[in-house]
Amino acid sequence: MTEPFVSRGFRGRRQPSAVESRLPPGQYETPDFPVLSAGPTPRTTLQTWDFTIRDRNGATARWSWDEFKGLPHETITTDIHCVTKWSKFDTVWEGVSVDTLLAAASVRGVESAPYALAVSDGAYTTNLPLADLTGGKAWVAVKYNSLPLTPEHGGPARLLVPHLYFWKSAKWVRQLRFMERDQPGFWESLGYHNYGDPWREQRYSGD
Amino acid sequence: MDSVLVPPRPRTISWQLATVVSTTIETPRARTLVLQVPGWAGHRPGQHLDVRLTSEDGYQTERSYSIASPPEASRIALTVERLDDGEVSPYLTDVLRVGDQLELRGPIGGYFVWHVALGGPVLLVAGGSGIVPLMAMLRHRAIVLETGDARMRHNVPARLLYSARSWDDVFYRNELTQLARDDETFEAAFTLTREHPAGWNGFRRRIDRMMLAEIAWPPAERPQIFVCGSTPLVESVAAELVELGHDPALVKTERFGPTGASA
Amino acid sequence: MDEDPGKRFEAAGEQSDPARLDGNAAAGILSEIFVSDLTVARATCANCGTNRALGALMVYAHGMGTIMRCPNCDAAVLRVARTRAHLQLDLSGARLVVVPSAPAPFAT
Repeated sequence: MTEPFVSRGFRGRRQPSAVESRLPPGQYETPDFPVLSAGPTPRTTLQTWDFTIRDRNGATARWSWDEFKGLPHETITTDIHCVTKWSKFDTVWEGVSVDTLLAAASVRGVESAPYALAVSDGAYTTNLPLADLTGGKAWVAVKYNSLPLTPEHGGPARLLVPHLYFWKSAKWVRQLRFMERDQPGFWESLGYHNYGDPWREQRYSGD
Repeated sequence: MDSVLVPPRPRTISWQLATVVSTTIETPRARTLVLQVPGWAGHRPGQHLDVRLTSEDGYQTERSYSIASPPEASRIALTVERLDDGEVSPYLTDVLRVGDQLELRGPIGGYFVWHVALGGPVLLVAGGSGIVPLMAMLRHRAIVLETGDARMRHNVPARLLYSARSWDDVFYRNELTQLARDDETFEAAFTLTREHPAGWNGFRRRIDRMMLAEIAWPPAERPQIFVCGSTPLVESVAAELVELGHDPALVKTERFGPTGASA
Repeated sequence: MDEDPGKRFEAAGEQSDPARLDGNAAAGILSEIFVSDLTVARATCANCGTNRALGALMVYAHGMGTIMRCPNCDAAVLRVARTRAHLQLDLSGARLVVVPSAPAPFAT
C-alpha cells in the first residue's frame, strides 16, 4: 500500500494547545477570529433593525434597537468551536439571554414550540431545539470584546449558542421562529449535522 | 469559428504530484516555481491550478494559483507572492525547493481565459499578483504572433495597466518592458501606489476612472477586458469600466480575495 | 427580466465584500462532480431569472462549503459542501443550467 503524500516541511498554522482538555475532538486552538461567510455581509442600520420572535400562528414579539438596548444585558465569556476545526478560548460577548427574550415573548402571547429556526439578514437560517436555546445556554449578542459587533462578525446582533458548533450562532440574526417540527437550516440542509455537538464531534449528518 | 484549434475533451481533473524543477526570485516577496507535471494535457491562458499541502498528521489545506506560463511552454510555472501571515504562500516561497513534490490538480476554469483566436483589442488590468494569469495571456500572444504573419498582430492589439506598490514589486518587470519595446501593438502602463524610482514618468496612484479612460480603448471598440487582483481593486476597476461605458459582458474578473495574494 | 448590468459591479467601498470571489474559484470543487467545465455553462437564477455563465457568479467559499450567488439578486444559485464521504450539491437556486456539449470553445 502506498504511503499518502506528505508535503515536506509543511506544518500549517496550528499551534499545540496549552489546554488540550478544553478542545473538543478534532479541534485546534486559534488566537485569530476567522470570518466565514456564505454570502454578502448585510449592512443593516440600527434604525431599520429589529428582532422578532414569532410563533406558528404568526403572533409576534418585536424589539427595535432602542427597545432591545433597554433589556437586561449579560457579559458572557466562553469558548467557541467552528466545524472547520478551529476553536477560540475565552471569547467575551455582551448580549441579552434568549431566556429573557422568550419570557417577554410569552407575556405578549407568543406560544413556544419544540423547535426554532433562527433567521438572519441575507436569508441565512439555522435550526435548534428549544431546549438548546433556554436554561442560560443562548444569547442574542451585540458586543464582542466590549465593542459593538462589527458587520463582519455578525453585527448589529448575532445569535450566540456556544455549546454547539459555531454555525448555529447565526450572524445577523433578526428572528427566532417557532416550529412544531424540526426543519433543517442553510448548512443542515447541505449535509451538516442537524444538532452539532462539538463534544460528540457531530459535524456532518450521520455522525 | 474556422481557425480555432478545438482542445481535446478535458479528462476529469484529479490530484497529481508535480516536481519542482526550478525556482526564480521575481521580486523580494514573489517567487516563480517551475513544475514538471506528468501527463499535463495543456491549458488555456488564464486558467489556474489548485495546490494541496498535507502535513505529517494529515492536516490538509488547498489554495488556487494562476498559471503564469503560456500553453506553448513545456513546463508549468506559478508565481507566488508571500503573505507574511499566510499559511500556504510562505511554504511555497520559502520552504519548497527544487526536487520537492507538490500535489496539484488542473488546469481549472475556462471562463477567465483569453487566447489569440478570440481576437482583440484586449485590455488587461492587474493589481499586484493579479498580473499572473494576464502574463500567461501576454506570453501566449507573443509566441503566437512571433510565428504568425504581420497582420495578425494588428488584429489583437493589447494593453496592460498594472498597479503595484513599487517598481520592485512589479512581477516580470524586464520581460514586460521588453515586450512593449519589441511589439508596437502591445502597450504597458504601470502605476506605482506607494513609492516610485527617481525620474519615474508613469502613474503614481491607485487605478481610478481617469486613468482607465486614458488607457482603455473607447467602449465603441468593444475591447475584451480582463481584470485581476484583490477583490477591492477588481470591483473598483470593473465598476469604473462600466461607468465609462464598457459592456459588462466584455469585462471578465478574477478576484483574488481580500489581499490579492493567496494566503 | 429587468436587470441592471452595472449591478454586477457595485462600486467598491462599503458594499464591497473583500473576500468574495468569481465563479472561477468554484471550478476546482465543481470539477469533482461534473465532467464539463461548469464555469462556462450558463445558469438561470431561480429567484430573479438572471442568466449568466457560472464564471460570472459571486463565490463565497470557505471550509464549510462553496456558495455561488446571483450577481443581480444575491440568491444562492449553487451550493456545495464536502462532508465526510460525499459532496453535497444543491442546485435548487438554478432554474436551468445550460452546458455546451462540444468541448467548450471558451468564448462567451
